[in-house]
Amino acid sequence: MILPSTNMSEPTLRNTNAILDTLFQNTTRLFAFLVLALLLGIVGTLIVGSLPALKAFGFHFFVTDAWNPVTIEFGALVPIFGTIATSVIAMLIGIPVSFGIALFITELSPAWLKRPLGIAIELLAGIPSIIYGMWGLFIFAPWFADHWEPWINEHMGALPIVGQFFQGPPMGIGMLTAGLILAIMVIPFIASVMRDVFEVVPPMLKESAYGLGSTTWEVVWNVVLPYTKVGVVGGIMLGLGRALGETMAVTFVIGNAHDLSMSLLMPGNTISSALANEFTEAVGDVYSSSLITLGMLLFVITFIVLALAKLLLIQLATKEGKQS
Amino acid sequence: MIGLDKKRYFRRRAINAFNLTISMMAVVFALFFLTWILWTLVSNGLSHLGTSTFTQMTAPPGSQGGLLNAIAGSLLMVFMATIIGTPVGVLAGTYLAEFGRTGWLAPTTRFINDILLSAPSIVIGLFVYELIVRRMGHFSGWAGALALALIALPVVVRTTENMLQLVPNSLREAAAALGAPQWKVVVMVSYRAARAGMLTGMLLAVARISGETAPLLFTALNNQFWSSDLNSPMSSLAVIIFQFAMSPYEDWHYLAWGGALLITLFVLGLNVLARSIFRKNIGS
Repeated sequence: MILPSTNMSEPTLRNTNAILDTLFQNTTRLFAFLVLALLLGIVGTLIVGSLPALKAFGFHFFVTDAWNPVTIEFGALVPIFGTIATSVIAMLIGIPVSFGIALFITELSPAWLKRPLGIAIELLAGIPSIIYGMWGLFIFAPWFADHWEPWINEHMGALPIVGQFFQGPPMGIGMLTAGLILAIMVIPFIASVMRDVFEVVPPMLKESAYGLGSTTWEVVWNVVLPYTKVGVVGGIMLGLGRALGETMAVTFVIGNAHDLSMSLLMPGNTISSALANEFTEAVGDVYSSSLITLGMLLFVITFIVLALAKLLLIQLATKEGKQS
Repeated sequence: MIGLDKKRYFRRRAINAFNLTISMMAVVFALFFLTWILWTLVSNGLSHLGTSTFTQMTAPPGSQGGLLNAIAGSLLMVFMATIIGTPVGVLAGTYLAEFGRTGWLAPTTRFINDILLSAPSIVIGLFVYELIVRRMGHFSGWAGALALALIALPVVVRTTENMLQLVPNSLREAAAALGAPQWKVVVMVSYRAARAGMLTGMLLAVARISGETAPLLFTALNNQFWSSDLNSPMSSLAVIIFQFAMSPYEDWHYLAWGGALLITLFVLGLNVLARSIFRKNIGS
């Protein structure tokens, strides 16, 4: 008889499969855990690497503007200021433009134009950052210095309080230029999140508002935006996270100067460009450790911003899930 | 009374028209810069690409050179990074989609992975420097490949998970009802159904790391000569572009433009390819 023999092998086959099942599941679990370990590894390594600098300068490191490899005095104030200043400029320009693009795509654009516009935004997001930097250095900065900075100097530099931000030689290289290029870089990220969250608004809500006689703008401003505000803020934070950490595009045009200057037309430095420019040339423990401390600071700031962005977007997704 | 209403009506119409015009200008603004950047690249890059670009090594300023060692270095490191990053990412993504219904690990990993997706790439370079370069005492192609792999990893995890979740549960149930063990369900049913999507994710990851410069600066560094030894410093297209563009030499600028066009065409081409595979197989 054949039957007994198959019956004999049945339990062993089942056992093998049970073992393989456990093995497979635990392997995938291990790799999922690896992603978490990566984060812990990054944080741990950066903390260990930054200890010499923190020992030498203490908390003082974050509030002094000294940066002198010869006398071994370092402070993070200039790069912190540059990082924040360029990101704020990027957001001031990037947010309204992204909002306009998202509004156009979701409410105004004829159906045949939506796909090409989406592709154009993807292209803008896909261009490597080094290309933005190179274009910024060779093309945009000279053009900006010739055509815009004299005007900015003359008109905005004369204003009472904000004037001090806009006084300086029209060199093209500086924080304002870096901020503008960052703005162009973050537009595709913010715009595509805004477009996606605008599209989750139930058509019925919008149609009711149109039915009451609202104009397109009123529908967007009073119905779509309040409904999606959590997601919109999430998208903005996502863009901000990108802007804070962007390296190559900024390094080309920021000028890499460790001088604290109120003027946005002057060269400055950001955390990431200081790292890119100086890390391989840093001699001595304290110098390289100071740079690693900058890197840790950047990672902590972007982590907080990105975590907030993610939490807000999750919140919107659950709200949408409850209603539909 | 009617006059007042009419006035308000026209005011609302005017605000509407004004703001919608601004919105259209925002689109024009973005398209303007996109065209400007691409046009600059093509007009500057095309005239400086020749056969010598692909057949000669980088040369000191003043003598004719190409980008062969940089192109080869980039391809080698991106290839290695993909080989390292893809399996890890696919397995982690599998856990999130197939096994992570209960417990704390899956939601936490998903959250952290999404943050790593946009984390500053220069910090990844710093991490690999501390982890490998400092311990080995020298820069190396392996360190560069590892840094790139760590950047590709979150992209692969994310797309793998999303694509596996698109696979209908009824397929899994049908296989389980036939008596297939779970690992067979995942490997032979889920993976097969999500194949095109997972390929898309891999291509997007390759596109992402091909243009990365910042993580290579402290890991692979650079090399002026031909090198296929991953244990020594290795040149890459992106780092060469950075170095040449920041230099004061005219002929290095020309090479940098050529390289910039190459790298952009490669990255955008991969993006287009990935999306067309995705649309053909899943989008429809």
